[in-house]
Amino acid sequence: MFNEIKRKKILKFKEMMIERLLFLCSLLSVFTTGAIIFILFSESIGFFQIVSIKEFLTDTQWTPLFTKKHFGILPLFCGTLLTTLIATLVAVPIGLISAIYLSEYASKKMRSIIKPLLEILAAVPTVVYGYFALMFVTPLLKKVIPDLAGFNGLSAGIVMGIMIIPLVSSLSEDAMHSVPNGLREAAYALGSRKIQVAFKIVFPAALSGITAAIILAVSRAIGETMIVAIAAGQQPTLTLNPLVPVETITAFIVQVSLGDTPHGTIEYKTIFVCGLTLFILTFFLNAISYKLKHHFQNVYD
Amino acid sequence: MFTTKQKRVKYLDKYFSFIGFVFTSLGLIVLGALIFDVCSDGLNRLSWDFLTNFPSRKPEKAGIFSAWVGTVWIMTSTAIISIPLGIGSGIYLEEYAKKNRLNNFIEINIANLAGVPSIIYGILGLGLFVRAMHLERSVLAGGLTLALLILPIVILSTREAIKAVPSSIREASLALGATKWQTIRFQVLPAAVGNILTGIILALSRAIGETAPLLMLGALTYIPFLPKNPVTFSKQFPFMNISFQGFLDYFTVLPIQIFNWVSRPQKGFIDCAAAGIIVLLVITLLMNAIAIYFRYKNQKEW
Repeated sequence: MFNEIKRKKILKFKEMMIERLLFLCSLLSVFTTGAIIFILFSESIGFFQIVSIKEFLTDTQWTPLFTKKHFGILPLFCGTLLTTLIATLVAVPIGLISAIYLSEYASKKMRSIIKPLLEILAAVPTVVYGYFALMFVTPLLKKVIPDLAGFNGLSAGIVMGIMIIPLVSSLSEDAMHSVPNGLREAAYALGSRKIQVAFKIVFPAALSGITAAIILAVSRAIGETMIVAIAAGQQPTLTLNPLVPVETITAFIVQVSLGDTPHGTIEYKTIFVCGLTLFILTFFLNAISYKLKHHFQNVYD
Repeated sequence: MFTTKQKRVKYLDKYFSFIGFVFTSLGLIVLGALIFDVCSDGLNRLSWDFLTNFPSRKPEKAGIFSAWVGTVWIMTSTAIISIPLGIGSGIYLEEYAKKNRLNNFIEINIANLAGVPSIIYGILGLGLFVRAMHLERSVLAGGLTLALLILPIVILSTREAIKAVPSSIREASLALGATKWQTIRFQVLPAAVGNILTGIILALSRAIGETAPLLMLGALTYIPFLPKNPVTFSKQFPFMNISFQGFLDYFTVLPIQIFNWVSRPQKGFIDCAAAGIIVLLVITLLMNAIAIYFRYKNQKEW
């Protein structure tokens, strides 16, 4: 009898310890976020003691590695904007049409084959895409556009667009798939054709889910590093011309980390300032996407 | 009679099924072009020597020995760190967590971390592991950085896998007098293990190709040596020595070696890069194929 009680007590204690242990595992993610924010902010504060926020946001030159230093994020921001814009222009039409096709037109079997194949596009390492952009896409485009520079925003943007197609198509397809069949049947009953159902019923009904997918893809393109570091060049210029070398925020971070920049200098701190800018940009996009996705799930659950 | 509008819709409908197919194949065509391009550049560079040579200043002598051994080291440490933490966290959030503010906060945190660009994890690794914890550019620093990077993916796929186990199984186990942990350990986890494994393989295949975070740590590109072997044999007692020194050694990995070769002007190194890419692609695609197969096999109808 006594032993039985003791055994139960030990068991209860064990249960409690396991729950606490698992809870600690979960807390690690809060710690990670905390550490990211702390590191980015603490080094950035040192930067902003030397460079004013106004200069950082309005100066049109970014030359921290030269003797005459300018710290205006605009050229880098412009490079990021340009490559992201091109990537979006590639990925959104292709991704959306693929999603509509897979969700409304393709047979079940075809979908089960094509979907995983498309997802391979997102699984290819980005350094491979960088090689592809530099060694295949740029020479190919040069045949059409002779003025194209060896490093340019165009081919980096296009290849980045290819990479994020599965993000757009897969998540949009999920969104369209979860539109209740009743809506489709009602439209068919009124004499609609498939294309009308797809574009006028399913697409609008899934719009918030689709928007969430696109925003997530944009955020991914903003944070993408290796493709632009390899194929877009390393010249921060304030331009939206896709044919010349540009430098994105991410590519600059790589450039500094490759050089022998001593710890504690202002050049070193630019890594963290750029990281902070990138973190804030992607954080807001991800938050919007998250909200939209949950809004969408709540509508049809 | 059909009006002109109805006719137009009819044609559009017909063409869209064609256009849709073309657009859907577009991505796959590019994938094909990529594989073809890489193979035509690198296939004849691929040889046994390429796999067993250290990097070199002469492109024809250069190889990926230190790179692929480094990749094995990094992936081992990443897996050891991220799998228990990720599964533990997933179990907590799915089975134990009550709906309250703190748990809600943790959930939003994980969703947010999944979207943080990988280069930011590199900055985290630089600030936290390399500088604050003085791990230098070691295997451990790299493994920890990549572990944090894939942790959200492991957590999310664990949760999905556990969610797919029907509650009737839990109820039956609890009704027989099993405790909560016994139910999870002996009923829920065995039922979910296939899907958890799929998620882990996909997460690791992502980590294998990551370049930017490890570049941030200052992972040197010219590493003509390997991390210290963990197990060495000797003729004297105890015949076998186990050492963890290798986790503190410098390293390079395949993607970094490839990046290093791509950024060189000589044609010979470009071919080396292409050959390295073939190796990297084979590994990643193989892991993805295994994951897809597992997912396909595990599609249980409860």
